[in-house]
Amino acid sequence: MTTQMFGAPIRRKEDPRLVTGGGRYLDDLGHDALAAAFVRSPHAHARIVDIDASEAIEVEGVVGIYVHEDLPGRVGEPLPLLIPHPTLTHGRTGYALAKDEVNHVGEPIVMVVATDRYVAEDACQRIRITYDQLPVVVGIEAARSGELLVHDDVPDNVAAHMLQEVGDVDAAMASAPHTLTLDLDIERSACMPMEGKGVYARWDRDRGELRMYSSTQTSTGVRAAVAAKLDLPLAKVECIAPDVGGGFGVKIVHPWPEEVLVPWAAILLGRPVKWAEDRREHFISAAHERGQLQRVTVGFDDEGHLLALDVKLWHDNGAYTPYGIIVPIITSTQLLGPYKPGTYRCEFWSLYTNTVLVTPYRGAGRPQGCFAMERTMDAIADELGLDRAEVRSRNFILPSEMPWDHGLLFQDGRPLKYDSGDFPASLAKLKDLVGWDDFADYRRQAEAEGRKVGLGIGCYVEGTGVGPYEGGHIQIETSGRVNVSTGLTSQGQGHETVFAQIVAQELGVRMEDVFVTTGDTRKMAYAVGTFASRAAVMSGSAIALAARNVRAKALRIAADALEVSPEDLEIVEGTVRVKGAPATSMSLGTVSVLSNPLRYAFDEAAKAATQFAGTFDPDKPPVADDEEPGLEGKDFYSPTQATFANGMHAAIVETDPVTAEIKILRYCVIHDCGTMINPMIVEGQVHGGVAQGVGGALYERMAYDESGQLLNASFMDFLMPYASEVPTIEADHLETPSPLNPLGIKGAGEAGCIPVSAVIASAIEDAEGFPITRMPISPYDLWELRRRHADGEIPSLHRTSRTTSTPSTSSKEPTA
Amino acid sequence: MKPAPFEHHAPLTVEQAVSVLTEVGHDGKVLAGGQSLIPILNMRLASPAHLVDINRVAGLDTVEVTAEAVRVGALVRHAGLERSESAYAALPLLRQALVNVAHPAIRNRGTTVGSIAHADAAGEMPAILALTDGVVEVAGPSGTREIAWSDFFLGALETSLAAEELAVAVRFGRFPAGTGTAFTEAARRHGDYAMAGVGVALTVADGVVSGARASFVSVTDVPSVLDLGPVLDGVEPGSGEWDAALDTAAEAVRGHVDPEGDIHASADYRRMLVTELTRRVLPQAADRATTPAPNAAFDRGSAVTTLSSTSSTAFGGQGASHD
Repeated sequence: MTTQMFGAPIRRKEDPRLVTGGGRYLDDLGHDALAAAFVRSPHAHARIVDIDASEAIEVEGVVGIYVHEDLPGRVGEPLPLLIPHPTLTHGRTGYALAKDEVNHVGEPIVMVVATDRYVAEDACQRIRITYDQLPVVVGIEAARSGELLVHDDVPDNVAAHMLQEVGDVDAAMASAPHTLTLDLDIERSACMPMEGKGVYARWDRDRGELRMYSSTQTSTGVRAAVAAKLDLPLAKVECIAPDVGGGFGVKIVHPWPEEVLVPWAAILLGRPVKWAEDRREHFISAAHERGQLQRVTVGFDDEGHLLALDVKLWHDNGAYTPYGIIVPIITSTQLLGPYKPGTYRCEFWSLYTNTVLVTPYRGAGRPQGCFAMERTMDAIADELGLDRAEVRSRNFILPSEMPWDHGLLFQDGRPLKYDSGDFPASLAKLKDLVGWDDFADYRRQAEAEGRKVGLGIGCYVEGTGVGPYEGGHIQIETSGRVNVSTGLTSQGQGHETVFAQIVAQELGVRMEDVFVTTGDTRKMAYAVGTFASRAAVMSGSAIALAARNVRAKALRIAADALEVSPEDLEIVEGTVRVKGAPATSMSLGTVSVLSNPLRYAFDEAAKAATQFAGTFDPDKPPVADDEEPGLEGKDFYSPTQATFANGMHAAIVETDPVTAEIKILRYCVIHDCGTMINPMIVEGQVHGGVAQGVGGALYERMAYDESGQLLNASFMDFLMPYASEVPTIEADHLETPSPLNPLGIKGAGEAGCIPVSAVIASAIEDAEGFPITRMPISPYDLWELRRRHADGEIPSLHRTSRTTSTPSTSSKEPTA
Repeated sequence: MKPAPFEHHAPLTVEQAVSVLTEVGHDGKVLAGGQSLIPILNMRLASPAHLVDINRVAGLDTVEVTAEAVRVGALVRHAGLERSESAYAALPLLRQALVNVAHPAIRNRGTTVGSIAHADAAGEMPAILALTDGVVEVAGPSGTREIAWSDFFLGALETSLAAEELAVAVRFGRFPAGTGTAFTEAARRHGDYAMAGVGVALTVADGVVSGARASFVSVTDVPSVLDLGPVLDGVEPGSGEWDAALDTAAEAVRGHVDPEGDIHASADYRRMLVTELTRRVLPQAADRATTPAPNAAFDRGSAVTTLSSTSSTAFGGQGASHD
């Protein structure tokens, strides 16, 4: 048999290229292109009174200066609202260049095209814009009050109001033996890929063809949107995602203003034009996420079983809603995690503010939902004096209850139905890994040394691999080279490796003979994009199906040539051979030769394939009626619903008794994404996710002042964690295969970041003895909370006035 | 994020540099390591018409140790000074502080003199110049002069260096025998500008303290030195009086500093922090005062930085010390 490729921790094929500077990112392309730069609004809310570009036009090297009134037809119309929803009654989108009014700092107003970016920025600096400033709405409280409006025609700043209810929550709540209410707050953060956005466009005037490159998560989406905006036939637009230096969600939104304007300018000027986003632009004109206020009311019995869960969410969607209300929908549905809520009602308001728009960021609303649910679980445990893991366990959906239909509609408009998962097994593994039952002893020892430590836990379920579809195309050349193409894009996840593993396994070829292309509309015109932890599930499945088609065709052709039955053949390391008689064989390259009858011989292999070579049946056409020339196959995968991955994390933290500095001593992960294609890549995804989660829990926030200025729009003050801030991650896996796809896989891309804020809040609360209801938390925040707790403004946990810890005989030292 | 146009000058001697500076006056800026200046230019927070790039000037890249001082030329990179064994032997405080200056990549380019001339109150090395009673050597059109640290720092990012002058070196003063030093800071992330930092020098003679001083990072608008002699002199480290004396010293720090709040921490928090850091770092200096110098410890800081940072690289075979 061929070496097992699927499931093996193989090193990434793309890494030698990417880590030695061989990657080709957007700004590595188009050195002959003109450069675009933008004048962006310095005000959060203002009317544009006048734009004076007279000084700028004098700058040597300026080629063009454009404002909204220069934009023709659809280019000047509002950008599309990509994902409409019946409850999004007041969806609003901006213009490629602001028309009359700006609604957040950073909104583009003027585009300058010049010989290079330096000159373009010099010109930008000389453009004078007169504004009439308008009242500014910053923060959810201000938006919710509705006193001031972001958009005059949107009452109360409410873009969408949505309610889903399963069961009679009011009745269940009224009869519940216990109820609790929690008010929670989770702040803004952002994707912050290393590479910002970028667009490069070339116009071939003679052929009337546009080729554009974008640092995007969806080249097919950008292509269609740009063709529509510029009124070009789809056939005359190509979009290519080159190497992309991270996306994390922000690059799934499209078309960004620049994705419309740069190709438009390239056509207008007949010259290539490029724009590469700088970091400040990314902070103030891309997108943010997180940002919710939450009120959870929960009813439960004496054992901690949920009877009623009533959740209200106020979601800050920023100035516009081009990506719809995906984020709050996900929060409101995925909040339930691995639990049965008894009865459930979730109502949310998606609110406008004069800030950068909010679109999905890795986790996409789930970290907020997980925070709400897991804070609630800890509160129930504290109220009843029960172990926090035990309360969770009592509410788990059991494996025997799968598939579990929550009775809600998920983000794809399909039922929220869990396909698989073994939550009790995951929890057992987690407790074992972190030493849950020995923590009381560890805490006692630490306290004796004057140290404060706490243990936290968080569980989540993640709907991954949403549709509608992806495709895979495989072609085997006469050399034996296997070309694989899928339309969704890569941002560094290792697609070249995992897709090759799937093909190597399915076809029986060597990894090094497989070459994967992603995100190129010339190779695969039908595709959706890379988001929602869907690449492995969707494209992986499609590629597996395509590989099976190719394999069947190869066996058919080889069986004919070798005069055996296809069932008697196997493919090992690129050679088709008779089982048990490996000498009777031919390479896949030869099969490829046979698959394509040629009229012209241009080399030895081709000579063997001409229609005069070998023997043939004169009664049959060279290509059979039900065949196509070439050894290739294509297929699409389109599931009925998402597949649900899950995970459980635990952390031990230490807080400095004086300075309130917070250190994560241990971070443990149990992760279940079904069958793993490559465990090393899965762990890499988990590690990266946890790192971003740690950022969201302890470091990152968007510091807007009252006037809507973002005070920390640089890497000096927006605190992404360095490697030195990310703890060692101890990860273990459970594999409960998905019954929904041919490979049994579930998505893994977002998993790591989802529960981190919940886990760290849980651990800090456990260390401090008072509730943590707002994340992220800094040493200064914690110091303030201690002061307020000491002043009686914040109550203690019940457990501090109760003796719940029971001595145990063993103790397990956490290892930092 | 591209700088506005500027003219680049590349003098080969101090005289040429001073001549260009004299010519361009306030339109000129000296470029050494560029670790602060270049981002400022790229963000167009400053647009000087002339950059006087001194990187080709001969003779400015040496570290010299004399009986009184460690003299550091204007082109000595932080990393070079950090790794200088002779500087460490003469004044361990330099390395103790330098490992807290940003990250290795920044220390590889950034210069110690440039950091002092930049006069950011959040910089470590201005505070160290103050703590060591150092001087800045300056070349100008009418020759050279020396400026004592206390006359050099005028305000935030403001010094007494004239537009036509170039800081060619600084001299960090050495401490008397029996002096132990220590430096610590607390930052939100490893290598960030500190929320608060403190360096101390404490001399022990005949078993009791005979001189102690501290200077601070990020909690005073210009570098300043607090004389802790009056509260610590005559006290034996580790004795019954020691703890109470440390408390008094910490209180003196609380009264001395005048921090400002920002998005990362309030003024009150910073005041608490620097007080606690001083409380933790003084015993470390006292230990070193009674240990033969240079001691075997590679200093990374106090318990506070240990809590908020991972371990650092050890140089010259010296082990990392966390306590």
